[in-house]
Amino acid sequence: MLVIVCPHCGPRNSNEFSFLGERSSRPAVATTTPDEWRRYLYTKDNAAGSQLERWFHVSGCRRFLDVERDTVTNEIRSVRDVAEDAR
Amino acid sequence: MARYPSRYSALSLLRKGATRSNWPRAWRHHELKSSYDVVIIGGGLHGLATAYYLARNHGITNVAVLEKAYIGGGGSGRNTAIVRSNYLTPEGSAFYDRSVQLYEGLTEDLNFNIMFEQRGHMTLAHNDASLRTMRWRAEVNKLGGIDSKVISPAEVKELAPAIDISDRPRYPIHGALWHPPGGIVRHDAVVWGYARGADARGAHIHQGTEVTGIDVAGDRVIGVQTSHGPVATPIVINCTAGWSTLIADMAGVQLPITTRPLQAAVTEPVQPFLDPVIVSGTLHVYVSQTARGELVFGASVDPYSSYSSRGSLGFTEGLAGHVLELMPGISKMRLLRQWAGLCDMTPDFGPIIGPTPVDGFYVDVGWGTYGFKAGPVAGEQVAAMVATGAIPELIASFGLERFEEGALTAEKGAAAVGH
Repeated sequence: MLVIVCPHCGPRNSNEFSFLGERSSRPAVATTTPDEWRRYLYTKDNAAGSQLERWFHVSGCRRFLDVERDTVTNEIRSVRDVAEDAR
Repeated sequence: MARYPSRYSALSLLRKGATRSNWPRAWRHHELKSSYDVVIIGGGLHGLATAYYLARNHGITNVAVLEKAYIGGGGSGRNTAIVRSNYLTPEGSAFYDRSVQLYEGLTEDLNFNIMFEQRGHMTLAHNDASLRTMRWRAEVNKLGGIDSKVISPAEVKELAPAIDISDRPRYPIHGALWHPPGGIVRHDAVVWGYARGADARGAHIHQGTEVTGIDVAGDRVIGVQTSHGPVATPIVINCTAGWSTLIADMAGVQLPITTRPLQAAVTEPVQPFLDPVIVSGTLHVYVSQTARGELVFGASVDPYSSYSSRGSLGFTEGLAGHVLELMPGISKMRLLRQWAGLCDMTPDFGPIIGPTPVDGFYVDVGWGTYGFKAGPVAGEQVAAMVATGAIPELIASFGLERFEEGALTAEKGAAAVGH
């Protein structure tokens, strides 16, 4: 099991979190094309290596987190609250 | 039909024993040629079956199977060897039923004992919603001529006395979907049998040969780069699992796939006591007893994507708890080992088989947690597609274009235990 160091709650087992997948940015709904929307919905980088992904601390602070993780070694490089990222 | 280099039979066993002579290698080593008619990436069940059926059904023998490690070392050797066809959609169940038919004749066809034991496959229902889906599945299956029905807890107990059908567990058993043709196979034997059959018919199997690039000119495949040099070819088939998106990236094709590990474990061997394969979606576990007497357990995919095949304690703890809910009598059994395999998960729990926007680059990927049971039919149909240039009816609904057209398959309810 992974240990994720939550910026609010400290080190916690990954089963406290739900994994929401690799980060992607949603195209503007009003102007997107079907092809762009399909890419957003389905196509993934599925990187073997460093991946920026989103987790939700469902059994903790219930904050959304941006996590940088190596998908080959499972090493977690950084964990940040998405609000902090947006700032 | 080409003759096998050495046919396996009781007579040849007797002769080899009496003369104390060695068996020839089941498949040979070849030097990598500079060009092939077809290059298959991935020496697992799907790649080797495709090579076999290309030769057997279509006479295409100038074929290379490129495997970066050793054959059958990925998903083909890490699955829990379950075969069944009681899927939810008519397309899904027809497809997997063809696979069951091929498995039934495979020992004879390959002249290699794959040890297919059709001991029945039982999916337990722990709530009304599961029971409703099972009735639905049973009716779809019956219409397709597949032996599948809903049974009561008392019948569950009769078929598998070790199962606790009382109201002691947190999720008592309300019934089950019973599928008598389902069962287990020795998975290594299927890989070796196809390798031997493909080799005997002329295909070259190159182990320790990693594909490092795919050459595309315009929008056509013209060859591959490997760790042993370049190979020219007009047709490349991506039969990898786990790494399928990395291979497709080399050809500039993006796939809607994420890689997730799935963990499994095996106990020490004991006397035979469990005949059918038992599956519980609610408890995220499936279990069968091998011919050697070990219990093999599998679970749902790990809760996050990863290319790591390390096992975790969290899995073992969860597994033990769930299995003891089903069979409290095995609490003293010891686990021998656990492992993980990489699963290519697609958004709709259906595989991706067919051509891609790059001419000559085909995919047979996205096999999630159901690739082993589909190996023979996928090999047969992909071979037919490549040989004839037309997409066979059985795989028509599994094309990559479905994600553009919105024609997703709806197989999640019957394809995996983790949902």
